[in-house]
Amino acid sequence: MALLRIEKLTKAYGGLVAVDAVNFKIYEGQIKALIGPNGAGKTTIFNLITGMEKPDEGGAFFNEQSITGLKPHQIARLGISRTFQNIQLFGEMTVLENVMVGRHPRTKADFFASAFRLPLVGREERAIAEDSFELAKFIGIASKARALAKNLSHGERRLLEIARALATEPEIILLDEPAAGLNDRETGELGELIYRIRDKGITVFLVEHNMGLVMEISDEVVVLDHGKKIAEGPPLLIQEDEQVIEAYLGKEIEHA
Amino acid sequence: MQLSQILQFVLSGLSAGSVYGFTALGFTIIFNTTGIINFAQGEFVMLGGLISVYYYKGLEFPLFFACLAAILTVMIIGALFERLAIYPRRNSSVITLIIITIGGSMFFKGAAMHLLGEDPVALPAFSGDKPIMFMGAAVLPQVIWVAGATFVAVVLLWFFYRKTILGKAMRASSDNKEAAKIVGINVSRLTLYSFAFSAAIGAFAGVVVTPISMAVFEMGGMIGLKGFAAAILGGLGNPIGSVLGGLVLGVLESLSIGIISSGYKDAISLLVLLLVLFLRPSGLFGSTKGERT
Amino acid sequence: MQVKENGILKKYIPLAVFALAIFLLPSHISNYEMKTLIFVGINAIVAMGLCLLMGYAGQISIGHAAFYGIGAYTSAIITTTYGLSVWIGFLAAILLSGLVALLIGIPSLRLKGHYLAMATLGFGEIMFVLFVEMEQLTGGTEGILSIPPLSIGKFIFATSQQIYYVVWIVTILLLVVALNVIHSRVGRALRAVHGSEIAAQAMGVNTAKYKIQIFVLSAVYAGIAGSLYAHFVNFINPTPFTLNFSIILVIIVVVGGMSSIWGALAGAFVMTLLPEYLRVFQEYNLIIYALILMSVMIFMPSGLVPGFLNLINQFKQREGIWRFLESKN
Repeated sequence: MALLRIEKLTKAYGGLVAVDAVNFKIYEGQIKALIGPNGAGKTTIFNLITGMEKPDEGGAFFNEQSITGLKPHQIARLGISRTFQNIQLFGEMTVLENVMVGRHPRTKADFFASAFRLPLVGREERAIAEDSFELAKFIGIASKARALAKNLSHGERRLLEIARALATEPEIILLDEPAAGLNDRETGELGELIYRIRDKGITVFLVEHNMGLVMEISDEVVVLDHGKKIAEGPPLLIQEDEQVIEAYLGKEIEHA
Repeated sequence: MQLSQILQFVLSGLSAGSVYGFTALGFTIIFNTTGIINFAQGEFVMLGGLISVYYYKGLEFPLFFACLAAILTVMIIGALFERLAIYPRRNSSVITLIIITIGGSMFFKGAAMHLLGEDPVALPAFSGDKPIMFMGAAVLPQVIWVAGATFVAVVLLWFFYRKTILGKAMRASSDNKEAAKIVGINVSRLTLYSFAFSAAIGAFAGVVVTPISMAVFEMGGMIGLKGFAAAILGGLGNPIGSVLGGLVLGVLESLSIGIISSGYKDAISLLVLLLVLFLRPSGLFGSTKGERT
Repeated sequence: MQVKENGILKKYIPLAVFALAIFLLPSHISNYEMKTLIFVGINAIVAMGLCLLMGYAGQISIGHAAFYGIGAYTSAIITTTYGLSVWIGFLAAILLSGLVALLIGIPSLRLKGHYLAMATLGFGEIMFVLFVEMEQLTGGTEGILSIPPLSIGKFIFATSQQIYYVVWIVTILLLVVALNVIHSRVGRALRAVHGSEIAAQAMGVNTAKYKIQIFVLSAVYAGIAGSLYAHFVNFINPTPFTLNFSIILVIIVVVGGMSSIWGALAGAFVMTLLPEYLRVFQEYNLIIYALILMSVMIFMPSGLVPGFLNLINQFKQREGIWRFLESKN
């Protein structure tokens, strides 16, 4: 049984078909990558899976349960978490607080309990703070715990988004171009971080342009071009696939 | 109700509706160039009315000259407002800009109350008071002025936005500010022009309608709200829609006076505003520049 | 770095100091000053609610005078027209302002920015028209007279000092509630909504629900304030419940500092006491308020309290640098 199954997923904007009847599966424990030339529909697929947009046809199934049409926060609760291509941090909150927000779906103090500071709130707050700090250490940004998110460097901001997404205790995490803007050293560290995330039992699905990273860490790769899936398989096979090469049409495969 | 009664209401509604339409135009122009909603728009109408009366009665300018001078004065006020209050914070958040223009509206209201007095005032009708009979309804000549002015304004604006470089630049800037800057459009200068222009249009409405309904320092608030309702009704960003929206709103309001009662007249327009915002923010003829989750 | 419970406690020390100051004050001030401070408290209550909505959740309302009015009129009507107890009126005021907020909030909070502002503005104006036009219920422009003062059983809170204590106890309780909400999972969720609504959703926050809940809470705060107001001045008419007051509320929150609940308090003090000290300039009220609002937004958009704290931090940093340089010599 696949952890996440995408079936005939289709989305069009006016006349433009951004995602065209795409099918693929992601199995538990995999590191799977989604690649394709710009405009191929990759981020749209992320948005469709996470409920930010509704598909015109087809749907997504999580543990064989349909998640099509659910709202983003409901999908997050079910165990799918994500980062954003154009990093969406809570700039005016500290690093630690950003991660603490990630604990939201796994905690329960509501308005009433919080307003009157019932006993459960105190206990839960302590747990949230401790868990978040542990996660910050795991990711490697604990030293900046008190810094405001908006004051971090680019690489640190990417890490923080990942820490925050992990705080939701997902079964699968969707990373949207996590290596964008990172230098070689940072990209290497990112690769190692992704392995460590997988070792924790979390499935990883990422959209990425950095081919070196993709080919090195992925178990399987899905290739999209103009909204259609044109190939799926292990990295070595994908690299040789004629259609894939053609889709990238003369584009130098960086770091290959 | 008899036909002539309905007609009467419709005609008087058209005249109020023109003011709403012009105010809506003001909103649309500024929004089109900058994406800002100018909460002080209604005050430009008020200032047009009050200042023209001051020029005519206080400084004893001839009528047409007083009107022209008033429009120019308010245009300058609009430009100053943009430079001093908007420009410094042009990259700030939406809420900041909203609050600044709200402050502006309060400022104009207070200044008008102070410098131009608290009592309602009016200009004499441009071509006399004698109502013209039209299918059993009495029409003030001033209403014809208002209608004519509205028509001319719409035509000129259509021409401006479609055929002139400046107009096209404004549309480009509203569509995509960054791209507009890259192709060399001076967005900041355009913002200045749109505020000046909107102020002038608002003042124009204020001047032309003063002979019918008197001007008073606190009229800006309701006019602004209703003008915005008209703008949204017609589709924010659509100049023709703005004017049509204003006319529709004016007639609706007028008919409601006949059917319900005059006290609730304002509530009708406001209800229309809320309904449009909740149910169809893109309005009747609207663009897709809605702000909705 | 260890995360200790102390961190939370530390936040309640300023509260304790403040509460103490408030309670010691009456013995040192005149009756008139006490009455003014009662208004400060009432305004502070509305301001705190609005601050939670605007500063923390990042929404906007320029129609909050309407909820203030709903609270006042509900209390007034229940205690005069129906002759029921003050506390039933109080409860009804809370329920009604919350209910109306729910009704208007659900469609409105789907809107953003300008559209939300206009919707709240329109709502505020509609309520004002209703206050004026529904004469049977509200007394129209004449209003409602002879509203009884607050009382518990036989004890009536009649003197200014007694009312001062009631109002400020309520204010401080509501301040505690606000602080509790801010320093909680809910508070973080609200700030997350403000920071990035889509990221908040992706982190499991039901943003629509939270926006509505905080809107209702801010309306309830305003309703409570309105109720206290009615029982304090014993007479209400539509005059206080206008757009002007809604804007003044926004000024209070903004000037004090949107992102700080203490800013709302500071703003309430400043804006309520200002007209007292500017008696001479009363005619220029509107212009002065407008200039204050615009100046703050243009020059110090984060408001007085955060701006002040910022200055202190900068000062500390500069001090540090001097000491460092001196030690090198």
